[in-house]
Amino acid sequence: MDFGPFLLLAVMEGLVGAAVLALTASGLSLVFGVLRVVNVAHGEFFMLGAVAAWFVSQWVPGPPALAFAVALVACPLLVAGLAALADRLVLKRLAYEPEATIIATIGLLYILQQAALTLYGPEARPVPPPFEARLQLPWFGWSGYKLFVIGAAGAVLAGLWLLLARSRIGLVMRATQIDRETATAFGIDVDRVYAGTFALGAALAAIAAVLIVPIQQAHYLMGGDPLLLSFIVVVIGGLGSLRGTLVAALLIGVSDGVISTFFEPTLAKILATLLVALVLVFRPQGLFGARA
Amino acid sequence: MNRETILHPTRRSLLAGGAAALTAATLPRFVQAQSSEPIRLGFQLHRTGIGAAYGRWYERTALAALKVVNEAGGIAGRPVEILFEDDATDPRRGAEGVEKLASQAKVDMIFGPLFSHVVIAAAPRAAELKIPYLVCSEGYHVASGKLNRWTLQPGITDVRAQVTAMAPWVTQNLGKKVTMIFPDYAFGHDHRDFFTEAVAAQGGEVVAQIAIPPTETSFTRYFPRIPRDTEVLYHVMVGPAVLTFVKELGEFYGSGAKPEIFGFIDSLEAVDIANPGLQFLEGSHFWEGQCRMLQPDASEAETFYRDAVGVDANGAAIEDPKNVSCYGHMFSVWETLFAIKQGMEACSWRGPQDRQAFVEAVEAFTEMPAGRERPQGAKVFNPKLHQVFGHQFISKLEGGKLVKVHETSLEDGIYPSDVDYLATSF
Repeated sequence: MDFGPFLLLAVMEGLVGAAVLALTASGLSLVFGVLRVVNVAHGEFFMLGAVAAWFVSQWVPGPPALAFAVALVACPLLVAGLAALADRLVLKRLAYEPEATIIATIGLLYILQQAALTLYGPEARPVPPPFEARLQLPWFGWSGYKLFVIGAAGAVLAGLWLLLARSRIGLVMRATQIDRETATAFGIDVDRVYAGTFALGAALAAIAAVLIVPIQQAHYLMGGDPLLLSFIVVVIGGLGSLRGTLVAALLIGVSDGVISTFFEPTLAKILATLLVALVLVFRPQGLFGARA
Repeated sequence: MNRETILHPTRRSLLAGGAAALTAATLPRFVQAQSSEPIRLGFQLHRTGIGAAYGRWYERTALAALKVVNEAGGIAGRPVEILFEDDATDPRRGAEGVEKLASQAKVDMIFGPLFSHVVIAAAPRAAELKIPYLVCSEGYHVASGKLNRWTLQPGITDVRAQVTAMAPWVTQNLGKKVTMIFPDYAFGHDHRDFFTEAVAAQGGEVVAQIAIPPTETSFTRYFPRIPRDTEVLYHVMVGPAVLTFVKELGEFYGSGAKPEIFGFIDSLEAVDIANPGLQFLEGSHFWEGQCRMLQPDASEAETFYRDAVGVDANGAAIEDPKNVSCYGHMFSVWETLFAIKQGMEACSWRGPQDRQAFVEAVEAFTEMPAGRERPQGAKVFNPKLHQVFGHQFISKLEGGKLVKVHETSLEDGIYPSDVDYLATSF
């Protein structure tokens, strides 16, 4: 294949990865920013979203588009509910201690993973895409659904930005992030903000999973890669900075697509990890993070 | 004094007498127990992890074969039990599982693993424990001489023989310029090395080799590397993402010009071939270890096996047509259990003390005729390589059905080798 179309394909593939990564990583970043909790179980919320989408596709009759629409609403809500419950039952009782919550979320990771193995099984199961469309370019064909994924992720991220920057909920969240005690003094129910933020972070991962599962299939071990990449993105972008997360997701996603198309996927992972190391050495707060 | 003893037995004499009576009562029972005590076989099962689809069917096949064996009187008149141990398709857990089955469950021998990275990791542990390890693994690691005296593969042909047998048909019927897509670990490397060699021997050429990491979930990015002048695309993929692989390949080529496609059924084991998105495979060819769909010329042994495992004419579970089997591979489990039976009976198996004698008995195997013990067909065992050689099948997907178009002979798969496990120590 010629260089031009080759590059086009690489960038298009990279954009799909970047879109999904941006959603997942912004959830992780949000939780860290507001709660100061490093959620190691974030990838499992992603997996739960995909697995739940499979169940929805089995239970909702009619065309796949209907099941997909139901999944896109129901699965994030379900996962958010579970996350809020985990916050109330576990994280709150640990007083959001950084070390304790890392251990607790590792535990949560295993509980969720094994629960999925028990209830859903070890198979990878396909979920039908809402529509079957192929994009025929002169050089190669491409899945029309992948374009939809990019668009949908962009829309959700725009909505998230509006929520944080323009709504009262966002104001309360930002206030809690900047100074928890002052926020409490102003009558903000910090407990509710924490539970809500943790749920929102998990819901974002679930949305990403519902979008990607018609391409990737649902599998109980699928949470590992998104977790690792989200950490890379969040560290490069700056913990707690949504803008940094988006820029880093685009950088990592597209470069992963291009490098693994032209060279090796392993090389893409090596370079991403190297970038994390460089960022940690020369700019520990991340590209867009505020200085601690 | 004597009289007193008789009338008033002391505690010590009472105990001694009791012990003697007890021994007398249990001794014959013990002797009898040893002869009818069940034979315990360990099965290293990919119940979870990337091999789970195979694991589900390997377990089902093993249980079906076990039922047939036990109903026919077991092994040398003794009933047989199978203990399944999940290895999560993970090399480290595979080695631990061998240890656990041998030391804790105290099984007589272990069989069943498929994935090559698990087998390669676990086989050295089996040798250390001096327990027979009968693998159903396809990879070239047994026949290559890389493993050990305790590891045997009597149930399925290795990859090198498979591709050597089929390369002539591929180059003569599909094309001479081949691009290979394979998973980037031992099993894929066997395909890469030996198919490339076999194609070159036929005057063909492998124009590109595309290795894909086994945990990859998206494949479109690899397809631009397929050279334009490729005549045959050779694919062999495994793991949870295979369906994605085939769908994305279909999207990539679409309705445009595409090369002939020759795939290993591994890419679609446990996958319904009528799945939406797979239509583009119509007209492509597959290697099958055994034909998934019932062929008109199927033998009595094959239909017996199909019924016993509970598989319908399309290769799916009789109770659930969506639950598609791993028909191209799982016969190896059935045939390995019957090879164990044959080996144990040949060495007059008494217990774990006969493990070495069992290996030597299997090493005496040569001709293995077709029959209910070998529903896939006749085979020849090569004791020096610890490897069996059988027939291979090439099927074409026509109207959503896999139709057999070619069957290789036993000689087609034979390759030269100077490996000799018989010269290695136990």
